[in-house]
Amino acid sequence: MSSDNSHLRTLEAESIYILREVAAEFARPALLYSIGKDSSVLLRLAQKAFHPARPPFPLLHVDTTFKFREMIEFRDRTAREAGLELIVHTHSAAAEGANPFRLGTQKCCQLLKTRALLDAIARHGIDAAIGGARREEEKSRAKERVYSFRDAYGQWDPKDQRPELWNLYNGRIDKGESIRAFPLSNWTELDVWEYIALEQIPVVPLYFARPRRMLLRGEMLIPLDYDVPPAPGDRIETVLCRMRSLGCTYCTGAIRSAADTLPKIIEELRGFRRSERENRVIDHDQEGSMELKKREGYF
Amino acid sequence: MKDLLRFTTAGSVDDGKSTLIGRLLHDTRGVYEDQLESVRKASRDSNAEGFDLALITDGLRAEREQAITIDVAYRYFQTPRRKFIIADTPGHEQYTRNMATGASTASLAVILLDARHGVLPQSRRHAYIAALLGIRKLAVAVNKMDLVDFRRDVFERIRDEFGAVAAKLDVEPPFFVPVSARDGDNVARRGARTPWYEGPSLLEYLETVEVEPAGSAGPLRFPVQLAIRPHLDFRGYAGQIASGSLRVGDRVLALPSGLETRVASLAGQEACPTVCLADQIDISRGDMLVDPAAPPAVGCEFAATLIWMAAEPMRPESAYLLKHTTRQVCADVRSVRRVMDMRTLDFGPAAELKLNDIAEVEIETHHPIFFDPYRKNRATGSFILIDMTSNRTVAAGMIQGPDTRVGPDTRVPRRSLFAPPRTLVSVPEFVPESLAQPHRGLTVWFTGLSASGKTTLCRAVHERLAARGCRLELLDGDTVRKHLSKGLGFSREDRNENIRRIGFVAGLLTRNGVIALAAAISPYRAVRDEVRASIGDFVEVYVNAPLEVCESRDPKGLYRQARAGHLPAFTGIDDPYEPPLHPEVECRTDRETLEECIAKVLAAIDRALER
Repeated sequence: MSSDNSHLRTLEAESIYILREVAAEFARPALLYSIGKDSSVLLRLAQKAFHPARPPFPLLHVDTTFKFREMIEFRDRTAREAGLELIVHTHSAAAEGANPFRLGTQKCCQLLKTRALLDAIARHGIDAAIGGARREEEKSRAKERVYSFRDAYGQWDPKDQRPELWNLYNGRIDKGESIRAFPLSNWTELDVWEYIALEQIPVVPLYFARPRRMLLRGEMLIPLDYDVPPAPGDRIETVLCRMRSLGCTYCTGAIRSAADTLPKIIEELRGFRRSERENRVIDHDQEGSMELKKREGYF
Repeated sequence: MKDLLRFTTAGSVDDGKSTLIGRLLHDTRGVYEDQLESVRKASRDSNAEGFDLALITDGLRAEREQAITIDVAYRYFQTPRRKFIIADTPGHEQYTRNMATGASTASLAVILLDARHGVLPQSRRHAYIAALLGIRKLAVAVNKMDLVDFRRDVFERIRDEFGAVAAKLDVEPPFFVPVSARDGDNVARRGARTPWYEGPSLLEYLETVEVEPAGSAGPLRFPVQLAIRPHLDFRGYAGQIASGSLRVGDRVLALPSGLETRVASLAGQEACPTVCLADQIDISRGDMLVDPAAPPAVGCEFAATLIWMAAEPMRPESAYLLKHTTRQVCADVRSVRRVMDMRTLDFGPAAELKLNDIAEVEIETHHPIFFDPYRKNRATGSFILIDMTSNRTVAAGMIQGPDTRVGPDTRVPRRSLFAPPRTLVSVPEFVPESLAQPHRGLTVWFTGLSASGKTTLCRAVHERLAARGCRLELLDGDTVRKHLSKGLGFSREDRNENIRRIGFVAGLLTRNGVIALAAAISPYRAVRDEVRASIGDFVEVYVNAPLEVCESRDPKGLYRQARAGHLPAFTGIDDPYEPPLHPEVECRTDRETLEECIAKVLAAIDRALER
């Protein structure tokens, strides 16, 4: 272990501790696996936490059906190689043609992500959903607990959270209630990438720059995976770009970048002046929109 | 070497704490352009004047609308030297709860003072809470220096005043820096407007201050999180090293089993390893591996400082869950000794325990925990209380030490006669000075059937009192019959004579400031009361177990002989036992553990000595 990485080892130990606490204290935990870089780190930490045993919980993916094809391939391969059960849950509305173009991003997300997640938690009797959310990502997440209590409707009440001191997490819940556990609470985006480089963790290739055919709308680079209704001034071009954050195709803008290796991504990140979720359309629906989503049950 | 520093911030309302953090994040590029843009936009929306750095810090909609910080928020930034985690806590009336939360994981506190107002009552509280939660390093930022023309005398007066406050606390001498969070002077970079200040900027200080890595000091404490058992050939115990170190070959003591073994192998993360042991010992979650040369205290009773965090006050009759390391047990708050008056920072008599109160309490757990004083070990000295009905976290506690009134467990007592033990091993020496003081005389009379547990309990109490430095004498019925009462038989008359003689000696001892512990069946109520009346300072302990239980124990085979007719007039068989009507203490040794019995007796002794 390089001494340069002492902060990463400190974070790693904290996360491993949290993952084990969840496994020990809940009857039916599941790891919310969203295929992105944070999920990849989370999975690696879970493997370390229980080694030489396998993590004692399944992976749960809420599939909106608007994910990148590379993501789905990566997901299936990862679960297979880790030897873990993979639960994929899709809201029935997706089959009926719900999409962000018709519903608007806010309603689409509410239905295909938040609602679907709550349904999956209920259907599989999950009492602890482990997620890769980080406090640094967004200002309402800065106040999130490591063990975040959700009522029987999956709702978060930021004004009435359980005090959380030391590393003594209160996981007491009644039937129907659940806990969202966030082992990566104290990690930053830079920590995540430095750790991926340190541990050589595989990530979806979409994070690495290469020339891609993209729809250009104003400053936005929108992937062409699904049919995006045209708008005036749209152009399609091949652009050297990469994804900084992975969500649904339409709602994940790419950034122009030449970073095609881990060191280059880390270098690029150190110079970044803009946040990773900036290219997430959904976070900017309205002022304070992440907080509103979280209150409803979004991660 | 890039490491991690966790610090907390505290300031009174309007001291500019959010602005200072906003400034730190802004100047270390810990905040992105688009987040700044959204702050600028919100600044216009909320009619704040100009560009408000505080909005970087104050995240939630509700608090922006009310222009207050409502909870603990965590912020992150890094420099090439360090990664920083800030636990930002608000300064309004909820501060005790929130600040304690933020401070619990921090190794340093940044305390903000407004140069115009100096040291406020709240500033003292902030320093006190930081120290209470075990923070030894304070950085004091005297803010809004621009509003006092960067005057050196203003800064130095505040520095001296706060220095005097800190000197009374268990903290190192604080670091002081004059700043203007709004303009940035001495926050990330040194400012030109304080040429008289020669120290580092706040950030330079935070980057270079030495902080002890959490959990490195002290003897081994390894609370077990869970057993890892992938197949029959592997059994490991996963946990986080709370203190000390763990190497292959090290001898470790497993608690509560009290068995010693060796570390056979270690796997996984350095600070969070999975340990395999040389011997097969039954270990599960909540157990602890410790240094055999320096074990923690083991017990059910301890004194603690409690911070009440729930809106509903503490109810003495409520059962709470106590979470300590990876162990969760039922617990009672046995008594509230005193509560702090937050205006004066003095402890006063306790009426009740309500939100944001800090109190000294005695806790009794229903199963033993393995603990150290908080000031020695934050991980094994801290706990939370959870209300079993609402499931809420209602309090945070810091253990002071084993309950000074009851004393610690000092050995593995003989307890075969008692209910299955809940305490198995024991513990370091702990003789509080206050208890080695002179005391008055007292007779403690243990009465009960043969094999009810009188001698065992009496000897255990003797041992506890001896550990406190008390003056003691033990008068055991069986022993007394070999000299003082030699020749006496078991007729009613002889028995009464035996009791009178023991009572006579006990009375002499009591008169001379000795605690006389007498254990005798003493079956007849009248003579016991006679002895009580003649001595005065008298505590009667009814050691009660049903006859069937005593008979089944029968350690000396006396019941068997009596049943066989070899021992005539044997109490309980063919001679009556008259139970006390109003004993000071009654111990049901078939239902209560030895520990519980000892605690009750000691409590009664303390009450009698205080009279």
